[in-house]
Amino acid sequence: MYNFLQLQPAVPVKRWEIPVLPFLEFRQALLDCAAEDGYVVHLFGYAEDENLYMLAVMRRNNCLLAVRCRLPETLASLTADNLKFHLFERELAEQFGIRPQGHPWMKSVRYHQNWVGRKDVFDNDYTLDIPGKYPYFQVQGDEIHEVAVGPVHAGIIEPGHFRFQCIGEKVLHLEIQLGYQHRDVERLLVNSSPGRAPFILESVAGDTAVANSVCHSQAVEALTGTISTDRDKRIRTIAMELERLANHTGDLGALAGDVAFAPVAAYFGRIRGEFLNLLMALSGNRFGKGLVRPGRVLATWNRAKFKELTDKITELKPQIEEVSNLLFSAHSVLARFENCGIVSREKAAAIGMVGFAGRASGLDYDIRNAFPTEVYGSLPGVKPSYSRGDVFSRAWIRHEEILHSLVCIQQLLENDPAASDSDQSGSPARLASDSVVVTMNEAWRGELSHAVLTGDDGRVIRYKIKDPSFHNWTGLALAMRNEGISDFPLNNKSFNLSYCGVDL
Amino acid sequence: MMKQFSGAVLLYCTALVLAPFFMGVILKVKAFFGGKKGPSLAIRYQTLAKLLRKGSVYSRSTTFIFKLGPLVSLAASLTGLAFLPVAGQNPVFSFQGDIVFIWYLFGLARFFTVTAALDTASPFEGMGAAREVFFGFLAEATIFLVFLQFALLSGQYSLASFLAGSKAINISSQAGFLLVLIIPAIFFVMLTENARVPVDDPATHLELTMIHEVMILDHSGPDLAIIEAGVFARMLFYATFIANLLLPRGYGLGTQILLFSLLVLLLYIGIGVLESITARLKMDQVPKFILTSFALAFFAIILSLEVTP
Repeated sequence: MYNFLQLQPAVPVKRWEIPVLPFLEFRQALLDCAAEDGYVVHLFGYAEDENLYMLAVMRRNNCLLAVRCRLPETLASLTADNLKFHLFERELAEQFGIRPQGHPWMKSVRYHQNWVGRKDVFDNDYTLDIPGKYPYFQVQGDEIHEVAVGPVHAGIIEPGHFRFQCIGEKVLHLEIQLGYQHRDVERLLVNSSPGRAPFILESVAGDTAVANSVCHSQAVEALTGTISTDRDKRIRTIAMELERLANHTGDLGALAGDVAFAPVAAYFGRIRGEFLNLLMALSGNRFGKGLVRPGRVLATWNRAKFKELTDKITELKPQIEEVSNLLFSAHSVLARFENCGIVSREKAAAIGMVGFAGRASGLDYDIRNAFPTEVYGSLPGVKPSYSRGDVFSRAWIRHEEILHSLVCIQQLLENDPAASDSDQSGSPARLASDSVVVTMNEAWRGELSHAVLTGDDGRVIRYKIKDPSFHNWTGLALAMRNEGISDFPLNNKSFNLSYCGVDL
Repeated sequence: MMKQFSGAVLLYCTALVLAPFFMGVILKVKAFFGGKKGPSLAIRYQTLAKLLRKGSVYSRSTTFIFKLGPLVSLAASLTGLAFLPVAGQNPVFSFQGDIVFIWYLFGLARFFTVTAALDTASPFEGMGAAREVFFGFLAEATIFLVFLQFALLSGQYSLASFLAGSKAINISSQAGFLLVLIIPAIFFVMLTENARVPVDDPATHLELTMIHEVMILDHSGPDLAIIEAGVFARMLFYATFIANLLLPRGYGLGTQILLFSLLVLLLYIGIGVLESITARLKMDQVPKFILTSFALAFFAIILSLEVTP
């Protein structure tokens, strides 16, 4: 067996417990693991006592495996042998000024000066307004045309640049370039006070505010030895499911809108608002901000709220079933969804897709079953009934997850959570020193993971956030190959990935 | 003679003034299906008024062609409508062979819209232009087949002879049964040429999926108002065409105009309903849709060989 340390999500280990391998052994161990159905959860660099280290967390057969190595000056690219490391290595190169030799796609991710004052890997001059020297992949030929979309878009969406290489209406290649929202969040979190960190976390990706807060809270609770109450866990679970419901219903509506099926777009748009309003009732914010804090839940939770939630869910369930039926029984809609933007299981596995998009391609991985946190262990799971990897599968899975979430919330509401116990308010204790903790939750897009490293005085020395979009953006690019360019918006919405969640 | 002419001008003007109202009807129907109140029926007038008050913005990379596009497009639509009988009455203008003239007038409008779009050098607009030209070209085949059919039936070559007067081609005329095929064919062409669902989506904001809208992305203010007015007139042209074919004859002028207006209204409502119950076609399926209209017109011709004297 390899020299990995097995981790549990949200269980801290001392940093020295994680083995440090020489780079070549480290590289081989990761490649062997990735080749045997292992997936990358984290691969990032950090500084410890003037030395730079690289920490990798892999996931294989529902186990988390961690290993470290000293960050060498130059390194042989892992991506050259396995695509699952692709963006992780680019990020590493950008943050620590190290060039992975033989990386097939060495381009900037976020356009910033590296953290260690080394020479820039990409030869960018960051004093310029437009610093990026970004060599776009280009197809040559008389009949080839290039279409550039964004970063400023016609809708109210986040900035991202999409470069299509087309022959007629057919897309040969799509290159997605993000990095317009870089906020340096990871370093901001290292220097922020424990009281401020939750607010930053809630703004990492606005549509995933609850899941990010839960990841953060689990990490802080693990490092301080706080045990959250059953009531708090249930409220957090309800909030995460409400977040999932709001996003899934909103996206199903947007998918209908993209194919000009106007009524369903309007109905689901309204239903999304209902779920946001439930989060509002729960937390005072439509996106659930200010609800989850380390060690406690700031919900105004009484019998009236409890009844409001129960009644609303009961009221919405038949409405959702009816609107879904309208959407999925329209032949003209199915003609657009089916066989559009297929990501095969092989491709999805090769790049390590996660979440509902991964499940739509047949990768059966759901953290709610694999590493149940909060009270997910007591809830039923959901199995997708289609895994063809097309827009239809991605839409249908969301429909199934919506119904599943409603069942979960109803089950959680069977016992009045207000009855169990009262609000506790503990001041956050000092974080455990020299520790590493990795938390994972199934956010609505998929695997959201935070890794927190503390120094010898219990201060955070590295805070790493990995949004599920980090895995899945490449999936969108693959879905567009040989697809009509006019189907891009439909495919984009079927994934609906986070731009800011990647630009950390 | 003079009286008839002024009557035709009056009908023409009334039709033009009402064109934005009918477009508002489509929005109202779609809003109804979406469970919404929807904008007021006067929304299109308000849009035109708003745009006319604004200034136009021109990219430095465009030339006079860009400014010419909207004008030619509107002028062509207005002229075309003047050749079309309204409520089965004689039109403002008419001559033998005007069907070819009108269609290539619309062709000219398309040419200028497309060159104005290409003038911006935007890759989106180039894509939209390519789609517009390709789909327009397919739709032309259907329309000329329909005209050929009508010419065979009436022995004349003008819209006035097809649609106005006692010998008008009509559901109650001898060849009425052919219209079962021809009206859907023209309806399909109407959806294609006016950028409606299932060919195009007038409500979308997604440039990559647009056909007509994407070509006018860079037009603003009064220019955009002119384009919109042209679109309203063109839509009314097709609706009037179909309504004339459906209009029962032999009533008084007042009743005939009333029935005609109802038919036009029903057609616009029909478009609204269609757009609410069906999604857009995949782009590569659009040619099939247009060619279906060609097939319908083609079968009508075959059947009409029995009827023609």
